Amino acid sequence: MAEMAYWEAIRRAHDEELANDPMVIAMGEDIGVAGGTYKATSGLYQKYGAARIIDTPISENSYTGIGIGASMAGMRPIIEIMSINFALLALDTLINAAAKIRYMSGGRASCPIVMRTPGGTAHQLAAQHSARLARMFMSTPGLRVVTPRNPLDAYGMLKSAVRCNDPVIIIEHESMYNMRGEVPDNEVFRPLEGAEIVRAGSDVTLIGYNYSVHLCLSAADKLSAMGVSAEVLDLRALRPIDRDTIRRSVEKTHNVVIAEEDEATVGVGAEIISVIVEECFFALDSQPVRVHAADVPVPYNRSLEKAAIPDVDDVVAAALKVVGRA
Amino acid sequence: MNSSDRKRLLREMIFFRRFEERSFEAYMERKIGGFLHLYSGQEAVATGVLEMARRGHDYVITGYRDHVHAMKCGAPAREVMAELYGKVTGSSRGRGGSMHIFDPSVHFMGGYALVGQPFPLAAGLALACKHKGTDQIAICFLGDGANNQGTFHETLNMASLWKLPVLFVCENNLYAIGTRIDRSSAVIDQYKRATAYNIPSSQHDGQDIDVVMAAAREAIDHVRSGAGPYFVEFMTYRQRGHSMSDSNAYRSKDEEREWLARDPITIYSERLKTEGVMSDDDIAEMEKAVLEEIETDVVRFAEESPEPRVEDLNQYCLEEPPDPRWIGPLVPGERHG
Ligand SMILES: Cc1ncc(C[n+]2csc(CCOP(=O)(O)OP(=O)(O)O)c2C)c(N)n1
Ligand SMILES: [Mg+2]
Repeated sequence: MAEMAYWEAIRRAHDEELANDPMVIAMGEDIGVAGGTYKATSGLYQKYGAARIIDTPISENSYTGIGIGASMAGMRPIIEIMSINFALLALDTLINAAAKIRYMSGGRASCPIVMRTPGGTAHQLAAQHSARLARMFMSTPGLRVVTPRNPLDAYGMLKSAVRCNDPVIIIEHESMYNMRGEVPDNEVFRPLEGAEIVRAGSDVTLIGYNYSVHLCLSAADKLSAMGVSAEVLDLRALRPIDRDTIRRSVEKTHNVVIAEEDEATVGVGAEIISVIVEECFFALDSQPVRVHAADVPVPYNRSLEKAAIPDVDDVVAAALKVVGRA
Repeated sequence: MNSSDRKRLLREMIFFRRFEERSFEAYMERKIGGFLHLYSGQEAVATGVLEMARRGHDYVITGYRDHVHAMKCGAPAREVMAELYGKVTGSSRGRGGSMHIFDPSVHFMGGYALVGQPFPLAAGLALACKHKGTDQIAICFLGDGANNQGTFHETLNMASLWKLPVLFVCENNLYAIGTRIDRSSAVIDQYKRATAYNIPSSQHDGQDIDVVMAAAREAIDHVRSGAGPYFVEFMTYRQRGHSMSDSNAYRSKDEEREWLARDPITIYSERLKTEGVMSDDDIAEMEKAVLEEIETDVVRFAEESPEPRVEDLNQYCLEEPPDPRWIGPLVPGERHG
């Protein structure tokens, strides 16, 4: 069992999948000679060469489309988009093509691509570099959307995504690339579906995905010191959503907080609350609360940015509210 | 080309024309819905170019005006018609319709409704061919209007930079719906735009299938040799409206008459007659046989085929059944976590 950083886990998954199957390639801006903005492909250009680790021009829609086309003819491209903000330029090929090719061909064509991209706010990157957009992809049938929270999932879900025959969007986070965690030495595949109870508790369920799971875990520590037992649920996959695991947890704790770094409107929390209402409305003892970003473009100013983005204390306050302690 | 091949080519063009005109009728009878874009008038382009390609070997992709390209690749006409009817026996199992004909079994990789979207997909297919080291190429057919999309420029740049085996065929029919080319493109001759990306290119008459085939032969040889992409422009004209709701009010009747006089089927049948390959009677007989085949085989198959089952609505969204090795379910406690 080795401890490694999130970016190293992604790099290892690339390396193993590239070694395993000559049809696997990686494409993206600065991923080859430069080794990748987050080092997630560092050293691979030297090892696998320019034909498999492809440095692309700044042409997101078309290089993503090239990846999709190549996948239709048997290749397994791992497409990196430097930031989810730039994925907006590739929405045509991702949503109009990749998500629909299997369906509109009546199952006769498929495009097994992986698109990896960091979504989320980091430090004062301002409005055009702080998009989250998870909600946009999770609302698109024909895609799989996953949000690995730690090196193990970053590694094992990327490997599964490469093998899976559906288009998979992996949303990473700028603030997670240096997080460390254990990854087994042997090869591991982590499932692309299924929420996970990361910490068991009995008073309230804190639901997160991607970086917000870490807010929930820190909040659970603080709550524990206050005598509140919080269960933390990592959604792991935003599409499809694991309704059973959510239901079981809510039936156990009866109180729910959802932490999302996205804006709330038409968002992840809105969807989860709908699931809860549909699955187990009568198990609720209190109104669910969403902890979420303010409904504004993310500001540059440090204190404004902090005010716009949820933090651990916001999750603690919401949890105290739903258990009747505030 | 021997005379039996030339007769076959004429028959194919007559067949494609009749197929399109018959689907027009079926649309009027409301048996076909949605958008229907007909290829009448442009037959020499797809027929001629694909005659020079390797059927079932090279990859082909195009926009929404896709029936003829699919059939010339080898998609059975009855399945294409059944798709227009939305039947489960259709090329795309009734899920795609006129604009989304797919037949991967013959490497026809689809019709796409978003103008310009197939450019990168074609380059990707070519990338796969190059990667696998085969002598396959990818052929992308698109209209003149598509060249104004960003994907044109992005893709031509990458295709040239990476020397991808892709042939871009521009079917310049002078209009993007109702907008004439001189009102939408700063460069009228589309083939000149490819030179900005160091891609060899040329422009030809798209109404004379012999001219199309000669140009396609050169272009395809260039691409297959490994020298990188080629861009070929064919001047052509659609005889019907852009789609079914279009009255062509933006075009002059004189212009329409001029181009009708250059109908690709007329040009080719006149040539075969002059050269003594076929007589008027032969051609009349051929037309009759085509009509018959379309009614008794193609249309009948579409009419008699069943609809997809409503219970199967979700089918083909993702791979079924999901492979538990990659998909799950997540078993708590198992495999670390
Ligand atoms: C991205 C996008 N924008 C606009 C449209 C609407 N539209 C459909 S066809 C078309 C004109 C395309 O003209 P051209 O590329 O010359 O092809 P043609 O129809 O003449 O064969 C337009 C604007 C579309 N389908 N997709
Ligand atoms: Mg046009």
